[in-house]
Amino acid sequence: MLRSLLPALSLALVLIAIAWLNPRAISYFGFSLMLNLAIPIALATIAQMFVIAGNELDLSIGTFVGFVGCVTATWLKDAPLLGVVILLGSIGVYALLGALIHLRNLPSIVVTLGMSFVWQGLAILILPKPGGKAPDWLLALMAFKPPFIPFPIIAALLIAAVVHFGLMRTSYGVILRGSGGNSAALKRAGWSLLRTKIALFALTGLFGVLSGMALIGITTSADANIGNGYTLLSIAGVILGGGEFVGGRVSPIGAVIGALTLALAASPLLTFMHIPPDWQVAANGAILIIVLAARVLISRRER
Amino acid sequence: MASLRTLLARPWIWSFFGALLVWLATIAFTGGYGGGGMITAALSLAVFTVIVGVGQMFVITLGPGNVDLSLPANIGLASAVAMKVMDGNDAMIAVGLLAALACGMAIGAVNYLLIWALRIPPIIATLSASFVIQSVDISYGRGLQIKPPPGFADFTNWQVFGIPVLAILTVLFTIGAGIVLQRMIYGRSVLAIGQNIRAAWLAGVSVGRTRFLTYMLSGALGGLDGALLAGYFRGANVDIGNEYLLASIAVVVIGGTSVAGGKANVPGVWGAALFLVLLLTMLNTFGVSVGVRLVLTGLIIVGVITAAGGQKALR
Amino acid sequence: MPEASADIIRPDGAEKHFGAVSMDIIRLDGAEKHFGAVRALAGVDFSVRAGECVGLVGHNGAGKSTLMHMVAGTLTPDGGQIAVRGGVEASYSVPRAQQLGIRCVFQELSLCPNLSVAENTRINHASLHGFGWRRKAADLIAAKLDEIFPGHSISASDIVGDLSITSRQMVEVARAFTVTQEPLELVILDEPTSSLDAQTAGQLLAFVRRFIAAGKSCILISHVLGEVLGNADRIVVMRDGKVVAAGQADQFDRDRLVTAMGGAEAREKAAAEIASGKPGPGPLRVRARPPRQQDGNELVARAGEIIGLAGLAGHGQTDLLLAIFAAASRAKTGIEVTAPVALVAGDRQSDGIFPQWSIAENIGIRSLARLRNGLLISPQREAELAELWQRKIGIRTPDMNNNIFSLSGGNQQKALFARALGSDAKIVLMDDPMRGVDIGTKLEVYDLVREEARHGRTFLWYTTETEELDNCDHIYVFKNGRIVANLRRDELTEEKIIQSSFGDAA
Repeated sequence: MLRSLLPALSLALVLIAIAWLNPRAISYFGFSLMLNLAIPIALATIAQMFVIAGNELDLSIGTFVGFVGCVTATWLKDAPLLGVVILLGSIGVYALLGALIHLRNLPSIVVTLGMSFVWQGLAILILPKPGGKAPDWLLALMAFKPPFIPFPIIAALLIAAVVHFGLMRTSYGVILRGSGGNSAALKRAGWSLLRTKIALFALTGLFGVLSGMALIGITTSADANIGNGYTLLSIAGVILGGGEFVGGRVSPIGAVIGALTLALAASPLLTFMHIPPDWQVAANGAILIIVLAARVLISRRER
Repeated sequence: MASLRTLLARPWIWSFFGALLVWLATIAFTGGYGGGGMITAALSLAVFTVIVGVGQMFVITLGPGNVDLSLPANIGLASAVAMKVMDGNDAMIAVGLLAALACGMAIGAVNYLLIWALRIPPIIATLSASFVIQSVDISYGRGLQIKPPPGFADFTNWQVFGIPVLAILTVLFTIGAGIVLQRMIYGRSVLAIGQNIRAAWLAGVSVGRTRFLTYMLSGALGGLDGALLAGYFRGANVDIGNEYLLASIAVVVIGGTSVAGGKANVPGVWGAALFLVLLLTMLNTFGVSVGVRLVLTGLIIVGVITAAGGQKALR
Repeated sequence: MPEASADIIRPDGAEKHFGAVSMDIIRLDGAEKHFGAVRALAGVDFSVRAGECVGLVGHNGAGKSTLMHMVAGTLTPDGGQIAVRGGVEASYSVPRAQQLGIRCVFQELSLCPNLSVAENTRINHASLHGFGWRRKAADLIAAKLDEIFPGHSISASDIVGDLSITSRQMVEVARAFTVTQEPLELVILDEPTSSLDAQTAGQLLAFVRRFIAAGKSCILISHVLGEVLGNADRIVVMRDGKVVAAGQADQFDRDRLVTAMGGAEAREKAAAEIASGKPGPGPLRVRARPPRQQDGNELVARAGEIIGLAGLAGHGQTDLLLAIFAAASRAKTGIEVTAPVALVAGDRQSDGIFPQWSIAENIGIRSLARLRNGLLISPQREAELAELWQRKIGIRTPDMNNNIFSLSGGNQQKALFARALGSDAKIVLMDDPMRGVDIGTKLEVYDLVREEARHGRTFLWYTTETEELDNCDHIYVFKNGRIVANLRRDELTEEKIIQSSFGDAA
């Protein structure tokens, strides 16, 4: 029981650390600032979670987010129709990759590793130099300031609720998760594994697109390398959220919480602690290690 | 005929085949000019990928989820350590190499400590560790302008009849790695753990020690690679190892090692490393832009793995 | 022989009204199947009628599972034809079988461990969707579990991976009998009681009889011949991919079945008694107290003894074996182990087999240190070890360098025995290793175990089959993770074990 609460406890731990270091950060403005990048990270984590649910791994999600960012900051603003077609097409590419991986029985790590070069190359071709501009409607959306609760928190709740319902509560969500748990059993019961794999990869593509768009809505302009860190962040988010690499054991709510934990731990905490720039990356790693260590301690006490 | 078929059934043959094809395409483009020099250059560069690739191969063979993401940071730090210890002095070469090895092994030990103590997937443990190592490197190697000792720089660039000596040594090393894998208790233990960790424990394999040694090995090879890279490129650099994260994983898997674990392939690492280096050379020769080069590299990796086909699912 | 099989079945009074053909739920004529060079099925005729329970027996590798995969539609025959209710099926498949009401409980569990019991039910029912499907699925499976296994403690919201293997098998069986849109006519039960204890197995078989009485059909595959003899209306015996005998159940008895299967001769208990004249107990090998034990009971094993661990499935026997295994390499409180230990796994796939390796490599892994020549493992010594045990334990294969999966299940199990017995271990732990193994293999291994014990080895043998306890010198009965009884062989009776397994006190 406590095991499923671990992601939330990790998040609480980081929040307590922030409150202790700088009580003023626990405010509407503080959260808006600290969770600035939480939405794209949460969306990328959800994207990664879908492939992990099917026992695969997407090492290209980071460069894909970057590619989407470049499309968003150029075509989606200048030629919206073409931009939409390209983004839908890229989701189609993800679906095709799922089909290819299933039909030829390929290791997804290698295929997506190859694709990470492709997306990066395309991003550089679209935007050789940092630049471009997000469409106005996207800027307006991401700058939305609801009363009382900061937008990133509302968005995270919404993302978690929608994906939780879709994957954990609908009858086809059961089939998608089952394909990661015991694919032979699913096949025997007459379900198409090709279709489940295509669905999982297409969902990854869809949330990758949403992540890239959200990111550009916040940063306002793009850069071909803008999403590179998201591959590892998204994997870490899924694991922090209680997901496992094999066996279809994933949790959308956990994944969003994991992403929030990472987003919080990333920069604001470090600025409060007056850590020199040289050691900021180390502090990131240290926070990840501390959170995971706390998790081990809690689960030991549980037993 | 039958032997040809068994040869073709070996997954690693495809990577050599791909390397050959890329080489032929390039010399066809240049009209046969520079074919030999290209091989020499490819061998010199492939060595660095092969060394870390072998380490990564042992790690990946341990089974699903096992991967060493700390290699780039490890290489970067070890290159700085080696240069600082050698301090441009030929007499200190051996000590510097040992220091780089020790640095890599320490990183490997920390990796396994995190995996074991925190019971977290290796992918996350090595990632967290790499963040910390990266910072140590940035802080330690800031403004480091030390050149390698001339003897060391010459050694890493030394060629005999157009064949880099380092490549010959690395071939010997990979043969040794193959023997360790198939004929020593340690190698068999790695393979057993990769196939079924629980069955391996119940069959009396010392699981903890084997995994510990494997992460140490990967770390040590990363450290060695860092020192050699610093010698070859005449100086240490924080980013010197960056490309080896994807490259080390790519050569292992293109080379026919199973990502599901329990099945390793040593010759394939060489084939895949040569293939990737030659591919890069080919695209440079064709004079394409960075973007096109990346797209083609990616498509070719996907194409090769699709053509070679996947392994039969076991479970 | 196969042609004769159809003749033995004579239509009785009830059938005359309908004619034999239309009464067949399913009929296979001359079914053939090849896997590479191996002929798994060589022209088999097989049929099941409405309101009939057909018992199917044969050794591992006799072709039973292949035949059942065809009936379920998961395998397509290479030759022959399939007819359902008299109509020939041109393209028979899983969806078609489901449509016709044919279900299957396969030997390997086909539940998704990451899903709940209700969600696993949903997987087999395409019609369980839309608003309120979760409630419907939960009610469906809960009602069926209540019906088959009254008094079970499984909740529909339990995650399958958290359940014991016994509970999982109960869920799997119950799921096969749930009905939504598609009809339910025939259920194939492939070793349905292999992980059940005596009580739940009895509940299941009683349910099967009610199911048959209601006019439905069933195919029952079991290595427990008593189950087949006691519950089937008709019995079909297979050997080497052919049907070698078939007839009404009352025409068979245990001995006739065993003879038809072609296994070793059925032997009397007396064989086991020979060992009674052996010398007194040797030095202490294992002394272990289960962690939950409150009284002074503990397990004691000496050199040359075969110790049985009995009781209902999943009551702490495996846990104790694993604790003893762990204690051999790292000191543990409450457990004393004085010699090297090897373990023979019961769950071959998850605890024993290395799927990428040859038979020889699978045997050698426990003995690598002794197979070395200097620093390197000697391929020659490894081959010698494998060949020695191939002869000794009778592993049926042309080449020990073939992949382990080229062996039938029983022979894979023999390879695992060879791994343990070929090692330097003085103590051998057996975790219900005969689960789903054919009787011929069993008898061969029993002899070997007794012989090895005479040479001073100690065996700790957890088994769910009471007959196997006859081979033991001493039996500990487990309940709720504790030792509740401690019996010598001459005190052993089935009643005593059942009494201690179910009673409150020893």
